Amino acid sequence: MATATFRIWRGDANSGEFRDYTAEVAEGMVVLDAVHDIQCAQAPDLACRWNCKAGKCGSCSAEVNGMPKLMCMTRLSELPLEKPVTIEPMKAFATLKDLVTDVSWNFRVKKTIKPFKPRPPDAADGTWRMQQEDIDRVQEFRKCIECFLCQDVCHVLRDHQMHEKFIGPRFLIHVAALEMHPLDTEDRIDELRNEQGIGYCNITKCCTKVCPESIQITDNGIIPLKERVVDDFYDPFGWIWKWMKQKLKS
Amino acid sequence: MPDYETFEHDVLVIGAGGAGLRAAIEASVAGVRVGLVCKSLLGKAHTVMAEGGIAAALANVDERDNWKVHFADTMRGGQYVNQWRMAELHAKEAPDRVRELEAWGAVFDRTKDGRILQRHFGGHKYPRLAHVGDRTGLEMIRTLQDHGVHQGIDIYMEHTVLSLLKDGDRVVGAFGYERERGRFKIFRAKAVVLATGGIGRAYKITSNSWEYTGDGHALAYDAGADLIDMEFVQFHPTGMVWPPSVMGILVTEGVRGEGGILTNKEGRRFMFDAIPENYRAQTADNEEEGWRYCQGSKDARRPPELLTRDHVSRCIVREIKEGRGSPHGGVHLDISWIKQKLPHAAEHIKRKLPSMYHQFKQLADIDITEQPMEVGPTTHYIMGGVQVDADTQMSRVAGLFAAGECAAGINGANRLGGNSLSDLLVFGKRAGEFAAKFAKKNSLGKIDDGRFENVAREALAPFERRDAENPYQVQKDLQDTMQDLVGIVRNESEMREALEKIDGLKKRAERAAASGNREYNPGWHTALDLKNLLTVSEAIARAALERKESRGAQFRDDYPDKNEQFAKVNTMIAKAADGSMEVRLEPLPEMPDYLKRVIEENS
Repeated sequence: MATATFRIWRGDANSGEFRDYTAEVAEGMVVLDAVHDIQCAQAPDLACRWNCKAGKCGSCSAEVNGMPKLMCMTRLSELPLEKPVTIEPMKAFATLKDLVTDVSWNFRVKKTIKPFKPRPPDAADGTWRMQQEDIDRVQEFRKCIECFLCQDVCHVLRDHQMHEKFIGPRFLIHVAALEMHPLDTEDRIDELRNEQGIGYCNITKCCTKVCPESIQITDNGIIPLKERVVDDFYDPFGWIWKWMKQKLKS
Repeated sequence: MPDYETFEHDVLVIGAGGAGLRAAIEASVAGVRVGLVCKSLLGKAHTVMAEGGIAAALANVDERDNWKVHFADTMRGGQYVNQWRMAELHAKEAPDRVRELEAWGAVFDRTKDGRILQRHFGGHKYPRLAHVGDRTGLEMIRTLQDHGVHQGIDIYMEHTVLSLLKDGDRVVGAFGYERERGRFKIFRAKAVVLATGGIGRAYKITSNSWEYTGDGHALAYDAGADLIDMEFVQFHPTGMVWPPSVMGILVTEGVRGEGGILTNKEGRRFMFDAIPENYRAQTADNEEEGWRYCQGSKDARRPPELLTRDHVSRCIVREIKEGRGSPHGGVHLDISWIKQKLPHAAEHIKRKLPSMYHQFKQLADIDITEQPMEVGPTTHYIMGGVQVDADTQMSRVAGLFAAGECAAGINGANRLGGNSLSDLLVFGKRAGEFAAKFAKKNSLGKIDDGRFENVAREALAPFERRDAENPYQVQKDLQDTMQDLVGIVRNESEMREALEKIDGLKKRAERAAASGNREYNPGWHTALDLKNLLTVSEAIARAALERKESRGAQFRDDYPDKNEQFAKVNTMIAKAADGSMEVRLEPLPEMPDYLKRVIEENS
């Protein structure tokens, strides 16, 4: 059987190194299979996350030959096996051990986003009516499996480490899914501009390129949100309209 | 001894899939302090992989549907060994639980008049599954997660529970470790809800993730609770079979719900060849009628591909065994044929089954809009689990509750597709509600230091062993044993052999070693998981031996028929005083007359 070399980053937050492992390559194998084989036979304490092995849970994110990927959906047949396959942890987050990174920041950020707040039900039985075409976009955003590859590749987070000022593409898409939800009545535009730092995104679309769910993060999510921010804060007619609304209310 | 960090909650929920999250939300709403412990990151639990939908008699697509039909379908699918009260509560409450998800932000696919769309699924008389394409589980878990994080629940991600703690006869907490640093933690609680899912990792071919090691089953068993129906393991008819590395990955029943057909290598639709008697009146007798059913025609009956999973799996095994399988040892599942019937069929398939399209394209180089898939049975779900009170979900042990897959009763001998997600919601809510009530009436118990120090010592033992067993290899050997000897087709001699092998594997597990340190060490975690896997494997084999008949998911070639003697009993497993595993038959509670009438009216 053919073999290949896997150059896997081993270490923790303080130090580490690449180590080479040789594993057999069988038809249809994905990178995660090789990692499992190496775990079983050569490096039982090699740390990696995984769950579904079918691209549905977003656990096994890593950088394979420098590209942010789900290891379970990356076929070995797509990689040049004549040279070592490098596998290393995501770089936008601190490494805990080997391929496992500290992604807890993402969970903290999500908690700060205002939750869904629906309008009163449309029907007497407490249900709502929505047309399919009105939810297609939101459903696209809700495909997100929270693999955080978009966060990993976003230069605002990866290179500039601005985790305290910018929520990253994953959560801009989360806000977009809430803001464009036909039933939602909450307003999140002020935070988007301020605490969540949407202005830091300069639409290089790296996030969209790596999304394993092919969500059009930039075009369908972030740009429309940026437009809403502009409408709310920089459009003079918008100011007048808001002022009039306030007056009418009072 | 090392230090232990201690946390206190009123209700501790173990497991953060659909059932655990729903339980935690409900308990929190009741005003108690809730801790939620899960083995993975939040939102990665097995629920995320559910595809087809949530079964609930909303009657949005077919107004003839109601809880009675759903109840009758569930009981028929379970071959009438279900706990009737659970099936009743489930059918009645599922619609509210689905609507509640919408109120929390879930975005289901819609009907033309803007309501929640429902699709056909195996064993359900009417289109009943609320869904989002073929990623319903993701929608459900994300909705619960995003709602749950605003409820003030303390969430402990990547923690594994090793043992439940008891004060006399009452469960008063849990003891475990965090994966990241390997440190031990004590969770004191007035009530504990198990929501740990299933046991699929006991088998070689499975749709289940590494987490599915029967933790809740084994924790409850060790704490003195009963397990019922453990022989009923669901082998989902359609898992991927090629390439080898993806073997077992689920192919949703939704493919068949949308009109997909099963054929053998001769191109024959073999599912028409053996329609069980109790489904004959509900099943189409020609291909055209089956297609019309999938298209929503109300006078048509279901195609035989949408019979119950136990039956479809056995038919597939028959075709393979008799030499009519596909090239890689499965059968063909074809959705591409619908282009003969529908304009823009390829677009339709991609819209209705996007992740199946993606999965086959990416992992198997198959375009399902053009070619048939190759599929075969995969271990998917266990109907058996912790015996609980139907209304409260409390087990025989005071303060110990269970919900979802690790609890048993609603599904009987076979679960209908889509009934799992609704089970998680209905009984997750109930478990949370009643655990909170229990917690309000009870105080924090006393914790016996000696008990958890023993558990801790045992947990660290793998690091002391040198030149011992590789835990991964022990797990693989167990998986081979269960796959070969306690699989889809069973008999006494093979299962006796399995029990002997399990005995040998237990001894090997006691010698399983870990290298490196305690920080995020999968080899160590695998060594610790073996105990639970071996407990549930033994329970499955013992229960399956005790049920000397074929019913639902249990098929025995030494007892190939149903036997009246077993029609009104559950197998029940308990830990004897000497630590050995006891199995006995327990009579089912008698069904009240009004429900018997419901079944008759819907036969």
